Amino acid sequence: MSDRLTHGTPLRPPLLSLSGVHTHIGQYHILQGVDLDIPEGQLTMLLGRNGAGKTTTMRTIMGLWQPSRGEIRFDGAGLAGLPTPEIARRGIAYVPENMGIFGALTVQENMHLAARSGPMDSARLDWLFEVFPALKKFWKSPAGSLSGGQKQMLAIARAVIEPSRLLLIDEPTKGLAPAIVSALTGAILQLKSFGATILMVEQNFAMARAVGDTVAVMDDGRIVHRGLMADLAADKALQERLLGLSMDMHQ
Amino acid sequence: MLNTLFSGDFPRSRWLTGLLLLIAVALLLAPFLFPGSRPLDTAAKVCIFIVLVASYDLLLGYTGVVSFAHTVFFGMGAYGAAIALAKVGPGWGALLTGGALGVLSAMVLALLIALFSLRVRAIFFAMVTLAVASAFAILVSQLFHITGGEDGLSYSLPRELTPAFRLVQDKVFDVRIDGRLLTYYLVLTACAGLFLGLLRLVNSPFGRVLQAIRENEFRAEALGYRTVLYRTLASCIAAGVAALAGVMMAVWARYTGPETTLSMDIMVNILLMVVIGGMGTLYGAVVGATLFVLAQNYLQTLMAGLSSAVSGVPVLPNLFAPDRWLLWLGVLFILSVYFFPTGLVGRLRGTGSGR
Amino acid sequence: MSGSFESLLARLRGGDGARRSGLLLIVALMLLALAGVGSLPTWITLTLAGLAMGMMVFIMASGLTLVFGLMDVLNFGHGAFISLGAFVGVSVMAALGPWMESASLAVNLAAVLAGAIIGMVVTGLFGYVFERLVVMPVYGNHLKQILITMGGLIVVEQLIYVVWGPDAIPIPRPETLKGALTFGDVVLEKYRLLAVAVGLVIFATMTAVLTRTKIGLLVRAGVENSEMVESLGYPVTRLFIAVFIAGSALAGLGGVMWGLYEEVITAHMGMSVMVMVFIVVIIGGLGSVEGCFLGALLVGLMNNYVAYLAPKMALGSSILLMVVILMWRPEGLLPVAKGR
Repeated sequence: MSDRLTHGTPLRPPLLSLSGVHTHIGQYHILQGVDLDIPEGQLTMLLGRNGAGKTTTMRTIMGLWQPSRGEIRFDGAGLAGLPTPEIARRGIAYVPENMGIFGALTVQENMHLAARSGPMDSARLDWLFEVFPALKKFWKSPAGSLSGGQKQMLAIARAVIEPSRLLLIDEPTKGLAPAIVSALTGAILQLKSFGATILMVEQNFAMARAVGDTVAVMDDGRIVHRGLMADLAADKALQERLLGLSMDMHQ
Repeated sequence: MLNTLFSGDFPRSRWLTGLLLLIAVALLLAPFLFPGSRPLDTAAKVCIFIVLVASYDLLLGYTGVVSFAHTVFFGMGAYGAAIALAKVGPGWGALLTGGALGVLSAMVLALLIALFSLRVRAIFFAMVTLAVASAFAILVSQLFHITGGEDGLSYSLPRELTPAFRLVQDKVFDVRIDGRLLTYYLVLTACAGLFLGLLRLVNSPFGRVLQAIRENEFRAEALGYRTVLYRTLASCIAAGVAALAGVMMAVWARYTGPETTLSMDIMVNILLMVVIGGMGTLYGAVVGATLFVLAQNYLQTLMAGLSSAVSGVPVLPNLFAPDRWLLWLGVLFILSVYFFPTGLVGRLRGTGSGR
Repeated sequence: MSGSFESLLARLRGGDGARRSGLLLIVALMLLALAGVGSLPTWITLTLAGLAMGMMVFIMASGLTLVFGLMDVLNFGHGAFISLGAFVGVSVMAALGPWMESASLAVNLAAVLAGAIIGMVVTGLFGYVFERLVVMPVYGNHLKQILITMGGLIVVEQLIYVVWGPDAIPIPRPETLKGALTFGDVVLEKYRLLAVAVGLVIFATMTAVLTRTKIGLLVRAGVENSEMVESLGYPVTRLFIAVFIAGSALAGLGGVMWGLYEEVITAHMGMSVMVMVFIVVIIGGLGSVEGCFLGALLVGLMNNYVAYLAPKMALGSSILLMVVILMWRPEGLLPVAKGR
């Protein structure tokens, strides 16, 4: 785990850092000492097999599970113990695995609620309509009637309409058709080009390779590998060892 | 021998053992220790409520299901016996047949409710049972030509159970050995038998599965237990035992009416007894029922004293008026759920804060 | 009558199948009853009675269903707010005796309004205390919620006895709301007309708040997925307290109206009405205000038709209705799709 060598040398301290984070859910000990740094302005991929603790890591950062031990620092301040709304207001946006769309509300109302601090920024909205044209088309329709891909687009649009410092995205390509995956990949690359900091869980290795800068691999509630995405992408043996058959190599 | 009798489930606390022994001895010797009809009446009600509350605890404490229909089963047993005695006449045949029919219909109704609740969300269960209970109470008051309506039914018992019957002519320790005494011991024996039977049940493999389901339904299901089957069986058994308690109530009181068997107040009383005594342990039923029935009969006297003591102060006399005893038990109930979720028994066992 | 609530419902977006079948059910019930009753004037009288009852139950039930939807809290103590509202409202109206006996409709309504508003304020405040003291410590534990809120109900009932005494209190309706309007053979009780009007106003206001204000959108979003609302930066707990207070106040209003309807109040009335309230929220689908409205109308109409055709079956028929609807839709008529 000589990750310092491959990690690059960030000029600034990481935007978000977890050290020794443990999370219990009921009687189950899910996170068993997670150490993770999210450098500012980069897209960090969080990989690992099912049940490794990726989603729990995301939820723990968001305060949806409380860590039982360890420290989470965001922009210099501790997050552990803060309520979820406060964490959101400090500038972390979250796209959960199930997308968290409010199906009874229209697309517009979903976006309206996400734009917490006032009217939606029209330049941002125009850009979102450009990358996700479906949102404009179904603006006044109930979000519950959207297709899976459209819901994912809405979920991401909702996470970026309000300016934030860090974006957490949990498995955005889950269950989506390849054409939609490539549209999503394009949108995420654009977000990156604007300088967004993103932590993303993904099972689709092609997507992970296309958008990731750095990568962390989890297993059994711990981070077992950290490095550059490009290095992992080039090293078949390492992939095999870390990820086994869990990654979808065909897409 | 003791191990068999208590199914290996001992009180596990010196204080609790002492308290239970005290209750058992008091109940066993009640006619001799506390002469008079009111103490005997209290003792018999304690016995009956111990069984009723224990059967409710099988649902609430061992499976985590909140039902408000338990008085319905209690009432079915009571009305089964009462209607037979009132319409057919005071014979053993009528009593046994009517009681058996009451118990059977209670179990069938429990089965129907259980089957219906399979179809709906668990959270609906409490509300559905509440609706069923109030509908049943209304049904009973409307079918007055059978049930006596709001007035209920009064009837005579088989001759051997009447005060006029003498088992032996002479008094024993200054107490007349009459049919009333015989009835008391009949009730006491039946209640003890039912209680020990329930104790056996919850300590059997069946009971362990029920507890596993309460702790973690998904895990129990994953281990291959058919949780639905176990829950349904538990509610049918609980209903049957409650109905048997109802039969005994009908026999003891020689009267059956909606107020004494079906009212929401009785249901609330059962809840109070279970929670204050301790959920998930049948000994809680013993402690809870005893304390509650004693409070019901004697706390009011105490409160009357308190009330007249503060009669000069505004509001306070009303707060301590004897009719307001339920207020204080209600407060005790809320505090119990917060602070002693395992009830008095849990406290006595020194595991007060519980799970 | 059906036209007016249909148009109200139509203002809600997206008429899906469940909503339409709920409305169809009501219409079918009305037609069936018309055939059973046989006389149009009687049927109109019964329908008004059913709608009035339904509206009052809706007012009492709407808060309960939202409280459940938002925080998964099942409040068996809701009935306490109904009783408390009735006692406070009736006390106010009794104090305004001359207004109640005045021959002017406006003065009568002012007295009722004063009773209703003060009743709502008191139950709203009381709801806040109840939430903080009784409900908050048991978030997320249904078993304890049911037990604790039941205990709260007992205590509040007893406190009402302490303050107002143990006897039922008769409350005559205000002068101009006594009796009925007659058009030929059709008899329309005045108070029931008022109850329907108030119910419609409450439903329309609630619908407007839930669909047009940010708070309302947050409530609906929270019912569906409260974690996501928190992740967007809104504290759901605070929203929940607001809904709890509003729901308690509405229960209080329902209590005042129910008291005037029955013309007598008892501390136990809340608990007795709760049986119907539970049936309504179960039929409607826990968490859904619209479902609650449909369910309340169904139960109200069913009760009154059956009470006329077979008096002994009234409450039994509501339970039967519930069983049938749950067999058909186990989650109720308009369940909220939970996003968790």
